[in-house]
Amino acid sequence: MEHLLGIEDLTTEQILTVLDTARSFREVLDRPIKKVPALRGVTVCNAFFEPSTRTRVSFELAEKRLSADTVNFSVSQSSVTKGETLRDTIQNIEAMQVDVVVVRHWAAGVPRYLARCLRARIVNAGDGQHEHPTQALLDLFTIREKKGRIAGLKVAILGDVRHSRVARSNIWGLTKLGAEVSLVAPRTLLPVEVERMGVRVVHDLRDGLRDADVVYLLRLQRERQRGGFLPSLREYAMTYGLDRTRLAWATADALVMHPGPMNRGVEIQPDLADGPRAVILQQVSNGVAVRMAALYLVSGGAPPEPATEPTLLSAAHPAAR
Amino acid sequence: MTSFAEAQRWWGAAETILLRGGHLIDPAAGIDEPQDIFLRRGHIEAIAGRIGRDADLRVELEGLCIAPGFGDIHVHLREPGGEDAETIESGSAAAARGGFTRIACMPNTEPPIDTRGLVEFVLRRAQSAGAAEVFPVAASTKRRAGDELTEMQELREAGVLAVSDDGSPVRDARVMRRVLEYALTWDLLVISHAEEPSLSAGGVMHEGYWSTVLGLEGIPAAAESVAIARDLRLAELTGGRLHIAHVSTHEGVELIRGAKERGVAVTAETAPHYLALTDESLRTFDSVYRVNPPLRSAADREALIAGLRDGTLDCIASDHAPHTDVAKDQELEAAPPGMIGMETTLGVVCEILHHREGFSLRDLVRLCATRPAEIIGWDPGRVRMGGAAHLTVFAPDQEWEVDPSAFASRARNCPFRTWRLRGRSRLTVCGGRLTHQEDVEFCPSERLLTQTA
Repeated sequence: MEHLLGIEDLTTEQILTVLDTARSFREVLDRPIKKVPALRGVTVCNAFFEPSTRTRVSFELAEKRLSADTVNFSVSQSSVTKGETLRDTIQNIEAMQVDVVVVRHWAAGVPRYLARCLRARIVNAGDGQHEHPTQALLDLFTIREKKGRIAGLKVAILGDVRHSRVARSNIWGLTKLGAEVSLVAPRTLLPVEVERMGVRVVHDLRDGLRDADVVYLLRLQRERQRGGFLPSLREYAMTYGLDRTRLAWATADALVMHPGPMNRGVEIQPDLADGPRAVILQQVSNGVAVRMAALYLVSGGAPPEPATEPTLLSAAHPAAR
Repeated sequence: MTSFAEAQRWWGAAETILLRGGHLIDPAAGIDEPQDIFLRRGHIEAIAGRIGRDADLRVELEGLCIAPGFGDIHVHLREPGGEDAETIESGSAAAARGGFTRIACMPNTEPPIDTRGLVEFVLRRAQSAGAAEVFPVAASTKRRAGDELTEMQELREAGVLAVSDDGSPVRDARVMRRVLEYALTWDLLVISHAEEPSLSAGGVMHEGYWSTVLGLEGIPAAAESVAIARDLRLAELTGGRLHIAHVSTHEGVELIRGAKERGVAVTAETAPHYLALTDESLRTFDSVYRVNPPLRSAADREALIAGLRDGTLDCIASDHAPHTDVAKDQELEAAPPGMIGMETTLGVVCEILHHREGFSLRDLVRLCATRPAEIIGWDPGRVRMGGAAHLTVFAPDQEWEVDPSAFASRARNCPFRTWRLRGRSRLTVCGGRLTHQEDVEFCPSERLLTQTA
């Protein structure tokens, strides 16, 4: 895997490779010393052109656990505000011998643009409303961990699909791995022709949740009311907000997932968010392992041999320069 | 082969010129056969199957097509204000290379072309460049702000044939009504940039499956069709002469077809990129594919071709929109919309419409020369005896690879880079003067050689 730009580009095998590699790293994270030398000598730049706390922290942790050298760069401290072009900014960073660039940007397509004009390997940490591949991979990892499989599962994705890169990446990932995906939202929060991505579109919550093995909630941004997509958050919470009664429409052991940050009381009732069915914090923990796997694989690391102690944990990485 | 400079020197010095052996296609005159053309001081003196007379300069056009000079009624030359992207000089040179003898340039410059003084500035610059006849389209409202009418009588006197706020729509329907009425008073064509801004706001590409997949804000087809429907009804109300620019949607074609059936005085154009590309190109996130109106779906593309076939769409115009590399080399959402086209129009139209879609060369000449001239009011849209020659000579089957670095245009935002196209412009004559020549055999007489030695 040369870059990780989006789940759309990945084959089913590549997705499974990331998940399997992540499983090896997950074991590392359960040890007392949570660090391996897999990316020793590799320099990773976290370039964040949009505010982000949890994704940036998760990547930074993943990098440190892999013994990579890291530099952080975020828009408030950058020269972007001084009128420098994106190309100049990034080429300057690369000129300092960076091997991998983790990029979060407000504009869709920026990771692909960087992959075209840089030599460094690119990991997309979220681009506009396009994709957020590591989020989808950690979600897939979590579902597989809890359910033992993905093929054949019924997954309901609830909420603001239109503005969600998380939804797009998850739709690609889930359908590639054989899950049945339903999108549940009012028409204003669904992008046009989304059915062609291989999903079912449902407007009625009860219908959408029927037999669901996984209920995946998306964050509803408060701006959506002002943008004319919704009459009020109140009406949204009443029609699409998830509570105990409604969760009963899904299968008895359905997982409740959320990419965070949550709007408690809007898309999810607080007791559910903290309840036994929610795996929201496991998603966060798994995020570090999945990002370790993504960084390791784009840096040229080999996936683990099945059922053996991972060999990737030895010596410095050849990609170091 | 003769260099362009040498050919131009001979051409300028020759009293008589014989264009020999070309295949003349002139739909307006009903000609589609091999014809020689005899010029005296740039004016056409004879057209006949075989002309035996000697001339100071003989130009061999065996195997090439001769057409009335191609006209592009929708280009952006960026001068004044955007000279780093294009100038009147570089833009007219691009026109000549692409086979165009006349172009109409849009007023969305800085400042906008909305007064006699600015019209005269453009005309003066074009005259000194001398590569093409340039007809400024004046703004229909002052500063293109959509509020007050421009002084159209004076603009008409200065040589303006059409008005438009192109680049933006006239938002207010009542203002558009007055524009159509007042322009009609002075027999000016009104070119509508049909876009409903409240539907297109924030959009960077066509709204459809690909905008959904790419997570890019979409511009629905209705942003165009709603505006076309409004302007068609206003043309009906006022009797004004309406021309719809850059039609890109299936719905737009349908509406125009219906209006024409009702007898509304409307004409319409589409651009080569809508015939050759679709919204799927945006998968690359390459800003060279960002244009307004946006590249549409495959079904829209089909409908546009059908519209050209049945005459619903009258002509091709490039909507040549130069931007600097610096402006284009940005995040897709930050890069300005627009692509250049004058140097690829002939190739793209020949390749797509003629070679792939079965349009005759006669159809092509009608779309690129005859109809544009008729719509905007250029005279003549045909090869006419006695007039200063406006001729486009092209090789419809010649294959070439598009290399924007070799363009005369200052800009490089061409979406057809590395495309192989069949159909290339080979010689252009504008107002009797040679403005472009490539690989054509020039045979000067002894007398001319001595004279120019």
